[in-house]
Amino acid sequence: MSSGLDILGELEDDSGEDGEAMTAAEVLQKLEEAWLNEKFAPELLETKTELVECMLEQITEMEENIKRAKKGDFKVSLHCMEIDRIRYVLSSYLRCRLKKIERYTSQILDEESNRKDEDPCKLSPEEFAFAREYSQNMEGHLQSIALRHMPQNLQSLNNKQTAPRPNYDKYVFLRVNEAVEGVLVEEETMDTGLVHYVVLFSFQKCEQFYFSFMEQKIWLQVLET
Amino acid sequence: MLAEKALELVRELQRTTDGTLPPFNEDKVRQVLEEMKALFDQNQQDVSATVAGESGLFAGVQLRHAALERNKRCLLAYLYNRIQKIRNMRWEFGSVLPQDIKYNLSEQEVQWFNKYNKCLANYMRSIGTAGGLDLTQDMKPPKTLYVEVRCLMDHGEFETQDGNVIVLKKNSQHFLLRSECEHLIRQGILEHMVH
Repeated sequence: MSSGLDILGELEDDSGEDGEAMTAAEVLQKLEEAWLNEKFAPELLETKTELVECMLEQITEMEENIKRAKKGDFKVSLHCMEIDRIRYVLSSYLRCRLKKIERYTSQILDEESNRKDEDPCKLSPEEFAFAREYSQNMEGHLQSIALRHMPQNLQSLNNKQTAPRPNYDKYVFLRVNEAVEGVLVEEETMDTGLVHYVVLFSFQKCEQFYFSFMEQKIWLQVLET
Repeated sequence: MLAEKALELVRELQRTTDGTLPPFNEDKVRQVLEEMKALFDQNQQDVSATVAGESGLFAGVQLRHAALERNKRCLLAYLYNRIQKIRNMRWEFGSVLPQDIKYNLSEQEVQWFNKYNKCLANYMRSIGTAGGLDLTQDMKPPKTLYVEVRCLMDHGEFETQDGNVIVLKKNSQHFLLRSECEHLIRQGILEHMVH
């Protein structure tokens, strides 16, 4: 039973970024975390290209396994369902990012051009290409219909003033997945030991340690507001 | 009143219901642009008069400049929000727009739509290493592998993944793979039957 049903568990992945082998189930869990965080954070978070690529490879592999399987096998439909679910998470995650990229194009591109080499990349190369083309198209459209016909001193598009920006003061729920010492939340320490501690506070405040948490491989889960 | 026409444009868009797009109001856009030109010309006259020595015109110039900026802002908002609606339609209807919607688009908007199509297709193709991922599929979390659907219009033959050919005839009911018929449901050819 276990060997057939646990298709995710049995596929070992050796293309892990840091040389560590991750099982497919771990990759999926990481992807789900990234998906939730992306969904509830107001701004674009770091790209997780490796996760996406790895998961896509797994899907193809699983689909091939299924093709080889006996027709009419009961387990096949379960696997198909699982693939559908994973594909949904993947697409939803990427759609969510795309939506943010479209909405905050100018700000994201600005940030990208000011990014120092050692900082983590927020956009994958593909997303970067998309963002650039999207912003060109949008500006071209506004130019050709309206701006071009306006008086000279008003023809420029001032992105700093008009472009939408993410609401950093948005409040988010957080769940502490692992105890960490010495983190201040509104003058109270987020104490050790409180693993399922849910707090509500503005994204901007949590962001500072949110990223330091990521380095330590400890995740705060941004939950539904 | 100054800048009123531009505000009307914004209102017009605001009042439309979700998922519909009013025709591009070319006339009003042109009127707004004309108003801007008139304001600008007047301002320039006043500025050169001030340079020539006349005084007391400064307040008028300020007011007109504010009106100009408001016009610009409203006009851009109108265009931008129309684009947002068109963008949502790309996700809903796919890469080809229905004729009646296309009719309401301006020429430049059609151009934008085509460019967006290309841009999005390029992006979706570049995801992962093997041929990409269609993000317009799997819009809702899957509940079952197969769904019961009813045909709302004659669509002709449809080949399923396992090679069977079925005829989608009006009012016929089928039991199909969700992933296969999702786009047909969204196009309104099939209806998902919920008991």
